[in-house]
Amino acid sequence: MQVEVVSPERITYSGEADMVVVRTVGGGDIAFQPGHVPFIGVLQISQAKIISDAAGETFAVHSGFVQSANNKVTILSDVSEAKDDIDVARAEAAKARAEAALSADEADEEAEAALRRANTRIMVATGADGTH
Amino acid sequence: MPGAKERELRRRIGSVQSTKKITRAMELIAATRVVKAMNRANEAKPYSTQVTGVIENLAAGGASVDHPLLREAEKTERVGIIAITSDRGLAGAYNASVIRAAERQLDAARTEGADYSLILIGKKAHDYFSFRNYRIDAHWTGMSDTPTYEDAREVAGKVMEMFESGHVDRVELAYTEFLTMGTQRVTVRRYLPLETTATMAEAGSGSGGALASFEFEPSPGGVLESLLPRYMESRLYSAMLEAAASEHANRQRAMKAATDNAEELIIKLSREMNQARQASITTEIMEIVGGAEALGGDDANDMIQAILENTEGTTV
Repeated sequence: MQVEVVSPERITYSGEADMVVVRTVGGGDIAFQPGHVPFIGVLQISQAKIISDAAGETFAVHSGFVQSANNKVTILSDVSEAKDDIDVARAEAAKARAEAALSADEADEEAEAALRRANTRIMVATGADGTH
Repeated sequence: MPGAKERELRRRIGSVQSTKKITRAMELIAATRVVKAMNRANEAKPYSTQVTGVIENLAAGGASVDHPLLREAEKTERVGIIAITSDRGLAGAYNASVIRAAERQLDAARTEGADYSLILIGKKAHDYFSFRNYRIDAHWTGMSDTPTYEDAREVAGKVMEMFESGHVDRVELAYTEFLTMGTQRVTVRRYLPLETTATMAEAGSGSGGALASFEFEPSPGGVLESLLPRYMESRLYSAMLEAAASEHANRQRAMKAATDNAEELIIKLSREMNQARQASITTEIMEIVGGAEALGGDDANDMIQAILENTEGTTV
């Protein structure tokens, strides 16, 4: 099964995989294996796991789409960061900032999204499991 | 000792030569930038193709088409005009052509009896329209040389907000399309409202083929809702990338013409200078001959001797 992670500026990842796990809006986690039915979904701010025998790869995906068709999974995302591209210190700082903003105003959607982005980044960078 | 005219010409040749050095350097810089800009445009293609592909599949899956960005206004009261120009000049007619196309749109809107709203990218368009006292609703600078997706998102966000709030009823996009290294063309495209998904899909590509029936999460309409803004951003982004590549290609051509021109000018001026120098030498000889004759010397050898003595250090 072929997998591509495409950002607006370039193709960030392209390769073979046995399974891809992403999280969609409203649908929770969804895993794709070879031969999955054609599917289009909107992605949550979360991590995308590409699992194969040779090597696994995890990306922090900040919203976007996933499309599966003809034994090919494409992840379209504005921002998709690999483990090595993530600045953990910056993510931690962003997390603290977002938490402060949220404690001041609980309905602050922007801060909530920022918090989720920061959490996702930290999760991917530290290799912790996303299921909670 | 060189004459006044000769000195003047020598000074001009020197100045043209240093101008030529500058234009030559700019030509080379522009040449490398075109290549970079073209690469960026190519790298951005997969995303826009994929997004269009998803729209195709949505259209085939029968997604509902009621979205604010698809809504056609009954009466066009204000036309938004986006013009993508550069921040810097010295690129031939690049900026002037885009500005002219935008101004034509503006005049067309006025004849229709509609108001206009200018959304400008690049310093050049802003300078032009603000100097002529046009009302500018939004403008950005510093992004046209190497546009990032973030830039496109910012501009597209503002435009979509203007459209959805009803401030503008239609948006036209004027930019320079990059066809090949040698051909760039100013184009005006309808940016908003979007055509229906079906026409979008048709315009996308003929890769439809065997359309599988897709499952959608959360729903076809829900996917479309979050997809359309991305589609708008991606369209603007590729327009900006093409405009950037065109800018550099135009600059390269303009600078090449300037360099060639300088070379020609140097040849012309050198000829003039040589003529002036020869003329001054001839005059000098005439003066000496005249002087020697007046002194009563009739021996030809004496005369030549006198000339040689007097013109020592000058090449005859």
